[in-house]
Amino acid sequence: MSQAERPLSPHLGIYRWQLTMMLSILHRATGVALTVGTLLVIALLLALAAGPEQYATVRGFCGSAIGMLLLFGWSWSLFFHLCNGIRHLAWDAGWGFEIPRAYLTGWTVVAVSLLLTGLTWACVFAQRGAA
Amino acid sequence: MSASDLQTPLKRARGLGSAQHGTHHFIVQRITALALIPLVIWAVFLALALVHADYAAARALVRQPCAAIALTAFVIATFWHAQLGLQVVIEDYVHTRWLEVTAQLATKFFCAIGALACVLAIVRIALGQG
Repeated sequence: MSQAERPLSPHLGIYRWQLTMMLSILHRATGVALTVGTLLVIALLLALAAGPEQYATVRGFCGSAIGMLLLFGWSWSLFFHLCNGIRHLAWDAGWGFEIPRAYLTGWTVVAVSLLLTGLTWACVFAQRGAA
Repeated sequence: MSASDLQTPLKRARGLGSAQHGTHHFIVQRITALALIPLVIWAVFLALALVHADYAAARALVRQPCAAIALTAFVIATFWHAQLGLQVVIEDYVHTRWLEVTAQLATKFFCAIGALACVLAIVRIALGQG
Protein backbone atom coordinates (compact mmCIF):
# COMPACT_ATOMS: atom_id res chain seq x y z
CA MET A 1 0.00 0.00 0.00
CA SER A 2 1.15 3.51 -0.77
CA GLN A 3 -0.07 4.52 2.68
CA ALA A 4 3.08 3.08 4.29
CA GLU A 5 5.16 5.68 2.41
CA ARG A 6 3.34 8.60 3.94
CA PRO A 7 5.15 10.56 6.67
CA LEU A 8 3.91 10.04 10.21
CA SER A 9 3.11 12.99 12.41
CA PRO A 10 5.62 13.32 15.25
CA HIS A 11 4.61 11.56 18.45
CA LEU A 12 5.98 11.06 21.95
CA GLY A 13 8.44 8.35 20.93
CA ILE A 14 10.53 10.66 18.73
CA TYR A 15 9.74 14.10 20.13
CA ARG A 16 12.56 15.86 21.98
CA TRP A 17 11.39 16.46 25.55
CA GLN A 18 10.95 20.11 26.36
CA LEU A 19 9.43 22.21 29.14
CA THR A 20 6.27 23.26 27.31
CA MET A 21 5.21 19.71 26.48
CA MET A 22 6.13 18.51 29.98
CA LEU A 23 3.88 21.14 31.55
CA SER A 24 1.05 20.33 29.15
CA ILE A 25 1.23 16.64 30.09
CA LEU A 26 1.60 17.47 33.78
CA HIS A 27 -1.49 19.68 33.63
CA ARG A 28 -3.55 16.68 32.54
CA ALA A 29 -1.80 14.28 34.92
CA THR A 30 -2.30 16.57 37.92
CA GLY A 31 -5.94 17.07 36.87
CA VAL A 32 -6.51 13.32 36.94
CA ALA A 33 -4.59 12.99 40.23
CA LEU A 34 -6.66 15.78 41.79
CA THR A 35 -9.87 14.07 40.73
CA VAL A 36 -8.69 10.97 42.62
CA GLY A 37 -7.80 13.33 45.47
CA THR A 38 -11.44 14.45 45.75
CA LEU A 39 -11.96 11.06 47.45
CA LEU A 40 -10.19 12.52 50.48
CA VAL A 41 -12.40 15.64 50.40
CA ILE A 42 -15.48 13.40 50.26
CA ALA A 43 -14.17 11.21 53.10
CA LEU A 44 -13.25 14.20 55.27
CA LEU A 45 -16.62 15.95 54.87
CA LEU A 46 -18.65 12.75 55.33
CA ALA A 47 -16.63 11.91 58.46
CA LEU A 48 -17.03 15.44 59.83
CA ALA A 49 -20.79 15.12 59.32
CA ALA A 50 -20.90 11.59 60.76
CA GLY A 51 -19.18 11.93 64.13
CA PRO A 52 -15.93 12.24 66.14
CA GLU A 53 -14.88 8.57 65.71
CA GLN A 54 -15.22 8.67 61.93
CA TYR A 55 -13.42 12.04 61.80
CA ALA A 56 -10.60 10.66 63.93
CA THR A 57 -10.22 7.75 61.49
CA VAL A 58 -9.86 10.07 58.48
CA ARG A 59 -7.48 12.35 60.39
CA GLY A 60 -5.48 9.31 61.43
CA PHE A 61 -5.15 8.31 57.79
CA CYS A 62 -4.06 11.86 56.84
CA GLY A 63 -1.38 11.76 59.54
CA SER A 64 -0.04 8.34 58.53
CA ALA A 65 3.03 7.98 56.31
CA ILE A 66 1.03 6.99 53.23
CA GLY A 67 -1.51 9.73 53.98
CA MET A 68 1.19 12.40 54.28
CA LEU A 69 2.81 11.20 51.05
CA LEU A 70 -0.54 11.39 49.21
CA LEU A 71 -1.30 14.80 50.72
CA PHE A 72 2.12 16.09 49.69
CA GLY A 73 1.58 14.88 46.12
CA TRP A 74 -1.92 16.30 45.99
CA SER A 75 -0.82 19.65 47.43
CA TRP A 76 1.81 20.10 44.72
CA SER A 77 -0.65 18.86 42.08
CA LEU A 78 -3.19 21.41 43.31
CA PHE A 79 -0.74 24.33 43.21
CA PHE A 80 0.67 23.27 39.85
CA HIS A 81 -2.77 22.86 38.29
CA LEU A 82 -3.83 26.21 39.79
CA CYS A 83 -0.77 28.10 38.50
CA ASN A 84 -0.70 26.42 35.11
CA GLY A 85 -4.48 26.87 34.88
CA ILE A 86 -3.98 30.63 35.26
CA ARG A 87 -1.33 30.36 32.49
CA HIS A 88 -3.93 28.61 30.32
CA LEU A 89 -6.51 31.32 31.04
CA ALA A 90 -3.96 33.95 29.98
CA TRP A 91 -3.50 32.04 26.70
CA ASP A 92 -7.28 31.93 26.30
CA ALA A 93 -7.25 35.71 26.60
CA GLY A 94 -4.63 35.78 23.82
CA TRP A 95 -1.62 36.64 25.99
CA GLY A 96 1.71 34.83 26.24
CA PHE A 97 1.93 32.75 23.06
CA GLU A 98 5.42 33.98 22.07
CA ILE A 99 7.93 31.19 22.61
CA PRO A 100 10.21 33.06 25.07
CA ARG A 101 7.14 34.12 27.05
CA ALA A 102 5.72 30.58 27.06
CA TYR A 103 9.02 29.38 28.59
CA LEU A 104 9.16 32.26 31.07
CA THR A 105 5.61 31.64 32.31
CA GLY A 106 6.30 27.89 32.29
CA TRP A 107 9.32 28.17 34.59
CA THR A 108 7.37 30.67 36.71
CA VAL A 109 4.61 28.09 37.14
CA VAL A 110 7.15 25.45 38.21
CA ALA A 111 8.83 27.81 40.69
CA VAL A 112 5.62 29.26 42.17
CA SER A 113 3.96 25.84 42.54
CA LEU A 114 7.00 24.49 44.40
CA LEU A 115 7.18 27.64 46.54
CA LEU A 116 3.48 27.45 47.50
CA THR A 117 3.81 23.73 48.28
CA GLY A 118 6.81 24.45 50.52
CA LEU A 119 5.03 27.35 52.24
CA THR A 120 1.92 25.26 52.88
CA TRP A 121 3.89 22.41 54.45
CA ALA A 122 5.96 24.89 56.45
CA CYS A 123 2.65 26.15 57.88
CA VAL A 124 1.56 22.58 58.65
CA PHE A 125 4.76 21.72 60.50
CA ALA A 126 4.96 25.11 62.26
CA GLN A 127 1.44 24.54 63.60
CA ARG A 128 2.31 21.02 64.67
CA GLY A 129 5.35 22.39 66.49
CA ALA A 130 3.23 25.03 68.23
CA ALA A 131 0.51 22.57 69.24
CA MET B 1 -39.52 7.20 -5.13
CA SER B 2 -37.92 6.82 -1.71
CA ALA B 3 -39.12 8.50 1.45
CA SER B 4 -36.16 10.87 1.56
CA ASP B 5 -37.24 12.47 -1.70
CA LEU B 6 -40.45 13.59 -0.04
CA GLN B 7 -38.55 15.37 2.75
CA THR B 8 -38.15 19.11 2.54
CA PRO B 9 -34.58 20.43 2.23
CA LEU B 10 -34.87 21.71 5.81
CA LYS B 11 -35.81 18.25 7.11
CA ARG B 12 -32.81 16.73 5.35
CA ALA B 13 -30.38 19.35 6.70
CA ARG B 14 -31.60 19.20 10.29
CA GLY B 15 -29.32 17.44 12.71
CA LEU B 16 -26.41 17.26 10.26
CA GLY B 17 -24.84 20.62 10.97
CA SER B 18 -23.58 22.44 14.02
CA ALA B 19 -25.86 22.26 17.02
CA GLN B 20 -24.52 25.69 18.07
CA HIS B 21 -23.12 24.15 21.26
CA GLY B 22 -19.55 23.58 20.08
CA THR B 23 -18.00 26.03 22.52
CA HIS B 24 -20.19 25.17 25.51
CA HIS B 25 -17.74 22.67 27.04
CA PHE B 26 -14.82 25.07 26.53
CA ILE B 27 -16.67 28.00 28.10
CA VAL B 28 -17.97 26.10 31.16
CA GLN B 29 -14.47 24.68 31.74
CA ARG B 30 -13.12 28.26 31.83
CA ILE B 31 -15.94 29.58 34.02
CA THR B 32 -15.40 26.82 36.60
CA ALA B 33 -11.62 27.40 36.36
CA LEU B 34 -12.07 31.10 37.11
CA ALA B 35 -14.37 30.34 40.02
CA LEU B 36 -11.89 27.81 41.39
CA ILE B 37 -8.97 30.29 41.58
CA PRO B 38 -10.27 32.10 44.70
CA LEU B 39 -12.09 29.01 45.99
CA VAL B 40 -8.97 26.81 45.92
CA ILE B 41 -6.90 29.48 47.68
CA TRP B 42 -9.61 29.75 50.34
CA ALA B 43 -9.84 25.96 50.63
CA VAL B 44 -6.08 25.73 51.28
CA PHE B 45 -6.47 28.18 54.16
CA LEU B 46 -9.41 26.16 55.48
CA ALA B 47 -7.36 22.95 55.25
CA LEU B 48 -4.50 24.64 57.14
CA ALA B 49 -6.96 25.77 59.82
CA LEU B 50 -8.26 22.19 60.08
CA VAL B 51 -4.76 20.81 60.71
CA HIS B 52 -4.71 21.78 64.38
CA ALA B 53 -8.47 21.76 64.96
CA ASP B 54 -10.21 19.01 66.94
CA TYR B 55 -13.61 17.63 65.91
CA ALA B 56 -15.69 20.39 67.53
CA ALA B 57 -13.42 23.15 66.23
CA ALA B 58 -13.47 21.63 62.73
CA ARG B 59 -17.27 21.55 62.71
CA ALA B 60 -17.37 25.12 64.00
CA LEU B 61 -15.09 26.21 61.15
CA VAL B 62 -17.20 24.54 58.46
CA ARG B 63 -20.61 25.53 59.86
CA GLN B 64 -19.98 29.28 59.69
CA PRO B 65 -22.42 30.54 57.01
CA CYS B 66 -19.72 32.06 54.77
CA ALA B 67 -17.54 28.97 55.08
CA ALA B 68 -20.43 26.62 54.35
CA ILE B 69 -21.37 28.62 51.25
CA ALA B 70 -17.77 28.86 50.01
CA LEU B 71 -17.19 25.16 50.67
CA THR B 72 -20.36 24.23 48.77
CA ALA B 73 -19.29 26.41 45.85
CA PHE B 74 -15.80 24.88 45.98
CA VAL B 75 -17.16 21.34 45.94
CA ILE B 76 -19.61 21.95 43.07
CA ALA B 77 -17.05 23.84 40.95
CA THR B 78 -14.42 21.16 41.66
CA PHE B 79 -16.53 18.18 40.59
CA TRP B 80 -17.94 20.04 37.59
CA HIS B 81 -14.44 21.07 36.45
CA ALA B 82 -13.08 17.56 37.12
CA GLN B 83 -15.83 15.99 35.03
CA LEU B 84 -15.20 18.35 32.11
CA GLY B 85 -11.46 17.76 32.26
CA LEU B 86 -11.62 13.98 32.57
CA GLN B 87 -14.13 13.85 29.72
CA VAL B 88 -11.52 15.32 27.37
CA VAL B 89 -8.73 13.09 28.68
CA ILE B 90 -10.89 10.00 28.08
CA GLU B 91 -11.94 11.24 24.63
CA ASP B 92 -8.28 11.69 23.70
CA TYR B 93 -6.74 8.50 25.08
CA VAL B 94 -9.39 5.76 25.29
CA HIS B 95 -10.03 4.47 21.79
CA THR B 96 -11.92 1.24 22.54
CA ARG B 97 -15.54 2.25 22.21
CA TRP B 98 -17.07 0.24 25.07
CA LEU B 99 -14.22 1.21 27.41
CA GLU B 100 -14.62 4.85 26.47
CA VAL B 101 -18.36 4.87 27.11
CA THR B 102 -17.87 3.00 30.39
CA ALA B 103 -15.14 5.41 31.52
CA GLN B 104 -17.21 8.46 30.55
CA LEU B 105 -20.25 7.19 32.44
CA ALA B 106 -18.18 6.16 35.47
CA THR B 107 -16.56 9.62 35.58
CA LYS B 108 -19.89 11.42 35.35
CA PHE B 109 -21.51 9.21 38.00
CA PHE B 110 -18.51 9.55 40.32
CA CYS B 111 -18.46 13.35 40.01
CA ALA B 112 -22.22 13.64 40.49
CA ILE B 113 -22.27 11.35 43.54
CA GLY B 114 -19.15 13.03 44.95
CA ALA B 115 -20.67 16.49 44.64
CA LEU B 116 -23.99 15.34 46.15
CA ALA B 117 -22.28 13.56 49.05
CA CYS B 118 -20.13 16.59 49.87
CA VAL B 119 -23.02 19.06 49.65
CA LEU B 120 -25.22 16.86 51.87
CA ALA B 121 -22.38 16.51 54.38
CA ILE B 122 -21.91 20.30 54.48
CA VAL B 123 -25.67 20.80 54.97
CA ARG B 124 -25.67 18.25 57.82
CA ILE B 125 -22.72 20.04 59.48
CA ALA B 126 -24.21 23.50 58.94
CA LEU B 127 -27.66 22.59 60.28
CA GLY B 128 -26.64 19.99 62.88
CA GLN B 129 -25.86 20.45 66.55
CA GLY B 130 -22.32 21.55 67.52
